[in-house]
Amino acid sequence: MNDEKQYWLDKPGNLQRLLRWFYIICAVLFAADFVIHRHVVHSWENLFGFYGIFGFVACVILVLAAKEMRKVLMRKEDYYDDQ
Amino acid sequence: MISNLPPFSIFFVGALLLLLAPVRARRWLTLAIPVVGLINMATLADGLQYNFALFNMEVTLLRVDSLSVLFGWLFHIAAILGGIFALHDKDLMQQSSSTVYAGSALGAVFAGDLVTLFVFWELLAVSSVFLIWARRTPRAYAAGIRYLIYQVLSGVILMAGALMYFHNTGDTAFTKMTLDNAAAGLIFLAFGIKCAFPFFHTWLTDAYPEATPTGTVFLSAFTTKVAVYALARGFPGTEILVYIGAAMTCFPIFYAVIENDLRRVLGYSMINQIGFMVCGVGIGTELALNGAVSHAFNDVIFKGLLMMTMGAVLYRTGKINGSDLGGLYKSMPKTTVFCIVGAASISAFPLFSGFVSKSMVMAAALEEGYWIVWVMLLFASAGVFHHAGIKIPFFAFFSHDSGIRVKEAPTNMLIAMGLAAVLCIFIGTYPWLLYSMLPYSTGYNPYDSTHVLAQMQLLFFSALAFTWLKLKHIYPPELRSTNLDVDWTFRKLAPAAIHRSVGFGRQLILPLRNGTAQGFNAITDFAQRWHGEHSRLGGVQTVGTTIAIALFVFALMLVWDLLSTLN
Repeated sequence: MNDEKQYWLDKPGNLQRLLRWFYIICAVLFAADFVIHRHVVHSWENLFGFYGIFGFVACVILVLAAKEMRKVLMRKEDYYDDQ
Repeated sequence: MISNLPPFSIFFVGALLLLLAPVRARRWLTLAIPVVGLINMATLADGLQYNFALFNMEVTLLRVDSLSVLFGWLFHIAAILGGIFALHDKDLMQQSSSTVYAGSALGAVFAGDLVTLFVFWELLAVSSVFLIWARRTPRAYAAGIRYLIYQVLSGVILMAGALMYFHNTGDTAFTKMTLDNAAAGLIFLAFGIKCAFPFFHTWLTDAYPEATPTGTVFLSAFTTKVAVYALARGFPGTEILVYIGAAMTCFPIFYAVIENDLRRVLGYSMINQIGFMVCGVGIGTELALNGAVSHAFNDVIFKGLLMMTMGAVLYRTGKINGSDLGGLYKSMPKTTVFCIVGAASISAFPLFSGFVSKSMVMAAALEEGYWIVWVMLLFASAGVFHHAGIKIPFFAFFSHDSGIRVKEAPTNMLIAMGLAAVLCIFIGTYPWLLYSMLPYSTGYNPYDSTHVLAQMQLLFFSALAFTWLKLKHIYPPELRSTNLDVDWTFRKLAPAAIHRSVGFGRQLILPLRNGTAQGFNAITDFAQRWHGEHSRLGGVQTVGTTIAIALFVFALMLVWDLLSTLN
């Protein structure tokens, strides 16, 4: 048996617990738009949940675009070495 | 007590002492130099100027004002943190070059004229390259050469611009310029290269990750921030900088997502952060300029912290690729915590340092009506959290367990990282001290419910996107790879083009050369036939035929002569 000390994250269920808390915080932040009135400069900021939706969509686009970039830009690790 | 020693002089004298000092003393001397420098700078009289004449130019070796003092403080703090981080190192090459490098950065920000600026600009280049070469690998050597070419090129362009500027105005004072003449254009370009503008940025992402674990910490602090200072001093409110800066915030984050070398990821995220500063300088309002320089201040500390944590990982494991690491929180828990503090700071989480400076640039972009730029900055803010805030700690310290078990980072590294982490949190929770050092007083308050809520929503939903993509296995895995960037043009395309064109040229020239050779052969053959040893004319003749030919020729000449006189 592994004599290494058991780490908190290695315990089954703890990661799930962590994620559950994370989802709750996200939901609370999203709902905060009902309660807290923002003073806005740009009209888009008035859209409900603007910052949350923007953050989520921006990151998904970022990652999907970067994945596509790999098809064009990715080379072997020693690409520049074999001169 | 009021000091009047230029800050760089302490570093330069210190570097000389380093060469003479015994090995044991050298390590402490590298730390003592910036500490003495800090004390000296704290007592510099405000408004102090050293002017003297060089040939027919007036040179200002030292100019003390709020902008130069802010960067002066910053560079001393960076030199001290770097000095502690590198305290275990006995390499004289790195100790002396990092000292000269820090001194040159101080010389540049306190320079009052373009000639002095140029001298320190070049010293920055030649002193810093040794921190790359000190890795002592062929890769580092080649990357260092490419780095040096860019840096020296920037210096040469600055010199040309400064000379033209002097020719036009009869003055070399380094003050605000307008971008409507060639001299200012050249100076702008020189600043831009050192600032890693798009298309001139590859020296950074190419060379910084090849430097030593300690070298990259120094490198990330000085060169680009001197360039940001120079832009803030020379070109505030230059509108093109708004768009250059916005581009700089956006394009590197795509690279950062797919890059495997975690220090190269930080290199791309450096360009992203510099983009916010460049954008702020371009907007040029008091709020924007405050945002730009205070973000430079914070970036040196939190980027330095992140570079330190990755340097510690590299130092302990000998690995830095995301594909090789993971699970290191088990063996390096303190480094993990410091890395998370750095990640929270760069992501501009409320209560961490990035938040109190970046929000000024964002607010200024909104106030001045740069909507598209604002959306780009917002996209980049989400992106920076994604790649620097989550990716760096996640792939190094968590993710799948790589099975690597090492010792925690050395004590001196932990102290340096700890101090940087404390500074990040201190500036984030109590920004007023930093704000009081800024060039303008704007009464800006980052901690109102609007800013805090908006930023928290943005960041948490970015993290949600990461979690979702990761759980759905859409997130691209870390792969051992090289990603093509602009440097491909001169590392692959140009050499290949030259090779091809030489081959093509040879094909063009070959028939020409063959033709010429054939022509020469025909001439010599002809001469050989008629005048050669056995030929009619050149061969051996009897006396009779010789005389006959001679007479014939003579007769021809007579007839010719007669005919010509008749005319």
